[in-house]
Amino acid sequence: MMTVAQMRVRIALTALVALILTVLPLPMWLDVLRPAFLVLTVLYWSINTPRAGGIGLGFLCGLLLDVFQGPVLGEHALALSIVAYIAVREHQRIRSKPAFQQSLLVFAALAFYEFVVFAIDGWTGHPVTSPLRWLHCLTGAIVWPPAAAILSYSEGRLA
Amino acid sequence: MTAFGTAAGRPLQGRGGSPGFRFTLYAVLAVVIMYLDQRAHYLEPVRYLLQSAAYPIQLAVNSPPAAWRWLRESFQTREALRTENERLRRQQRDLELLSMRYEALAHENGELRGLREALPPVADRWLPAEIINIQLSGLRQRLLINRGGSNGVFKGQAVLDDHGLIGQTTHVGPWSAEVILITDPEHAVPVRVERTGLRTIAVGGGDGSSLALPYLPANADIRSGDLLVTSGLGGVFPEGYPVARVNEVHRDAVQPLAQVRAGALSRINSDTEVMLVWFRQGHPASPAATVSSTAEVKSGNAAMQPLAAPPRAAPTARAEAAAAANPPAAPAPDKPPAARAAAPKRAEPPPPAPEATAAGAAAQGDSPPPPAEREADQPQVPPR
Repeated sequence: MMTVAQMRVRIALTALVALILTVLPLPMWLDVLRPAFLVLTVLYWSINTPRAGGIGLGFLCGLLLDVFQGPVLGEHALALSIVAYIAVREHQRIRSKPAFQQSLLVFAALAFYEFVVFAIDGWTGHPVTSPLRWLHCLTGAIVWPPAAAILSYSEGRLA
Repeated sequence: MTAFGTAAGRPLQGRGGSPGFRFTLYAVLAVVIMYLDQRAHYLEPVRYLLQSAAYPIQLAVNSPPAAWRWLRESFQTREALRTENERLRRQQRDLELLSMRYEALAHENGELRGLREALPPVADRWLPAEIINIQLSGLRQRLLINRGGSNGVFKGQAVLDDHGLIGQTTHVGPWSAEVILITDPEHAVPVRVERTGLRTIAVGGGDGSSLALPYLPANADIRSGDLLVTSGLGGVFPEGYPVARVNEVHRDAVQPLAQVRAGALSRINSDTEVMLVWFRQGHPASPAATVSSTAEVKSGNAAMQPLAAPPRAAPTARAEAAAAANPPAAPAPDKPPAARAAAPKRAEPPPPAPEATAAGAAAQGDSPPPPAEREADQPQVPPR
């Protein structure tokens, strides 16, 4: 059994890896296909360890994303907090689903996340209207089962 | 996974309250942060700090490509180095030949403008900066450079490469700065067509290499191949730097505006180094009208109107004398041509505010509305 503090360190490490994957330079066509790794990580920890991860984690990771990519501070923080909150609330139901249904739910969560970011982008006067911005929801849902397996492996092996 | 499933059955109310409570707390915090950052720009110091915290990660991400580049450069063959050396030497000779007459031309230009001595170049000093190869946000055209506040970089500074304009800095950290490119759809740069002197605004096309000129009437004199240079308005870029070349002009009989696209001249995709430039204050070619905040721009500041032109080739002797009398004051606070143009037209004894008068003159002046014609007329306004 691991304490919450140990768990937090582990979560921070995976979040760092996800952040690096998020900001790794890629060519344009590959970049629009890149899944939102940090969002997937937050979703995973919110579903599987809602006590250690969760809304606070979502907020912090969102703030990180804002520093790296956001036009306005707090934009991704809000979107990720909302997504993490929903994940924490429904974690038992989501966790018991088979992988395919989980992927569908993750797709919905990613689309909702992107919608919130899109809306705030528009309200704050930095709109990106290209339909390409929604593409990562699809790849994120596809990547979810292996990503979850890797994250659960890191959890199990290091325990 | 199962090791942590043990807590699943228990309610989540532990330290820090229920999820709903914590969510409300964080959401309110996020909204407050957004408000402060967006509306009031109170968070510039916080951003500065956060940028410095992010810098190590950005450097770490950048290190594999940088190491690869270094390796490739250090294992370059002797032959490749020799050819490059040869090419650079030839290029330098050509440039020297080109600039040989520069001194004489600068002097001559000063004489033509009626100045006592030649003007110094508008670029005061410059600083090369390396591009940190990192994905900012895919669909926005931004890049990160490795110079920041500790090098004296400021927000809204012009960034160039050796072919043309690249963009301007948006967020400045202590050791890094974010640059918005001129091809970003959120960016607009005031330009002038080199061939005709026609002024307009070039907005980023969003695809990394093109700009659009959305505000030109269908009968505007512009054609494919025209060079666009900065016009010196807008307060960021000085006058006369190359921006883009028009590569597509489309005139539709039913549309009042021409659809014009231009390709950016800077080679941002192959650059590894860009130039940050500081411009001489008070120089005629230096950026016109220092408008402090973007809020003023949005509400239509008269100082941003294309009336405040740097003195170009003056057609009459009187205009020349006027230019000589106050060389740096062309775009200065007291917009003289605008105020004078306004005074005879609407004989109000006390103008309510200089800003409003100038704006009114810009809106209903006697010259036709397209800015280009107004520009052409401007030096002929009698000084007194």
